[in-house]
Amino acid sequence: MPASGSLALPVCALILAPMLLGIVNRTKAVIAGRRGPPLLQPYWDIAKSLRRGAVYGEVTTWLFRLGPVVGLATLAAALLVTPFGGVRAPVSFSGDPIVLVGLLALGRFATVLAALDTGSSFEGMGASREVHFAALAEPALLLALATLARVTGSFALTPVYQAITIGAWADALPTFALVAMTLLVITLVENTRIPVDDPATHLELTMIHEVMVLDHSGPDLGLIQYAAALKVWIVGALLVGLVTPIRSGSVWLDGAAMLVGMVLLAGVIGMIESAMARYRLAQVPQFIVAAATLSAVAFIIRLI
Amino acid sequence: MYALIETIHAAGLLTCFALLSTSRIGACIRWLSFQGILFGMVPLIIPDDGLTTRTLLMAGGSLVLKGIAFPWILLKLRARANYNREVQPFVSFVMSILCGILILSLSVWLTLQMKPALIHAPFVLLNSSIFLIFVGLFLMISRRNALMQVIGYLVLENGIFVFGVITVVGTPLLVELGVLLDAFVGVFVMGIAIYHITREFGSMDVDRLTELRG
Repeated sequence: MPASGSLALPVCALILAPMLLGIVNRTKAVIAGRRGPPLLQPYWDIAKSLRRGAVYGEVTTWLFRLGPVVGLATLAAALLVTPFGGVRAPVSFSGDPIVLVGLLALGRFATVLAALDTGSSFEGMGASREVHFAALAEPALLLALATLARVTGSFALTPVYQAITIGAWADALPTFALVAMTLLVITLVENTRIPVDDPATHLELTMIHEVMVLDHSGPDLGLIQYAAALKVWIVGALLVGLVTPIRSGSVWLDGAAMLVGMVLLAGVIGMIESAMARYRLAQVPQFIVAAATLSAVAFIIRLI
Repeated sequence: MYALIETIHAAGLLTCFALLSTSRIGACIRWLSFQGILFGMVPLIIPDDGLTTRTLLMAGGSLVLKGIAFPWILLKLRARANYNREVQPFVSFVMSILCGILILSLSVWLTLQMKPALIHAPFVLLNSSIFLIFVGLFLMISRRNALMQVIGYLVLENGIFVFGVITVVGTPLLVELGVLLDAFVGVFVMGIAIYHITREFGSMDVDRLTELRG
């Protein structure tokens, strides 16, 4: 088998990613007894933003304009190393989990810089919260990936996910279950969903991610929305690839199983958002540290 | 069989972390009950000769005492002292969890050191028993609420119980049941002591025990 997959996978991801947000919103609407926006609404939103003109504050510099671009570029690059379950990523090399986490961090760094560049104390507060939680969530993600690498004996994402079969699940059930729980929490934290952050709110006291992008308008906002969708796709693919251990060798079958898994994940996120309330801000670090603990436990029991 | 042991191990570790990160006494007591039931099943799955009266008695006694009796006594005590239902940690919950991870690493290291001497014991359960002992000690010293000290004591007892079951092969049944009885009496006495403490001091805060009362 070739060491790398084709570029078709990232292209599919680029096309399909906003659909996930549509499914999340539709699930929330159905549970709340509404009909909800059409599934393709995120595409229309992004297209609408891209057609508009941008307004920049007089005090902002090039850093502010760079933020959304870098945010989207890093995620697009991260797509290249993210395998889709059994479907190979186009690029795969030893150590690419660290590259993936690093790219996510770089995108966040650019967004934070852009937020700080506006000079608004409000955005600074959001940036501070974002970085605070990211500092806890990043080790959790790294630990989860390290545990998977430890179990499967490989340190490149594609071989790791190739090795997660039903047989591997039977051998390492507690470990995989713990890592899957961590990844679910990471999916919620990284994508700023309830119970960590509410993407729908604009209430001053509670926002984390939304507050950082308040000053962006027009195409910049569209890029940010698109990047948010890609992030759901990337982090979600890590989780769904773990809990959908179907590795038939056929790209179509594996890919179809993963797509079903992604749709289910979007449904689960919608259900969690409908069923849970946001945590108090002071409780969020505890929530993330607890998730990291699950991975640490999984890692340590695999050392034995 | 090994998968079952490993699942008990992982679930047992998680109950410990739940105890370390829970702020409500009632939730802690329920976690303790779950932990007791979980590790009460160990005598049933460890021996090679299958189910005997001995293993059934040990597992049954431990399930009834740790899964039902102790939590029931503790819940009664908590209901009596209805002024405060928080565990009041000296060490914050996040720090407690981090200490838990440290203790886990320590217990893995200790298990590796002890393993050559105890060839028959399953490694993961040996590890969880040592971890339980240390977490029990940590819970006792890091919480201000007197009830949490009983809970810490019982976690410690769980660890000693698992350690005994998996390492000592030929202990007479009477001794094992005696240990359970000891724990029972211990909890009973501690319960009475806590009852008197709450009545005398109007609180379960062990910090206040330094005040002299005539």
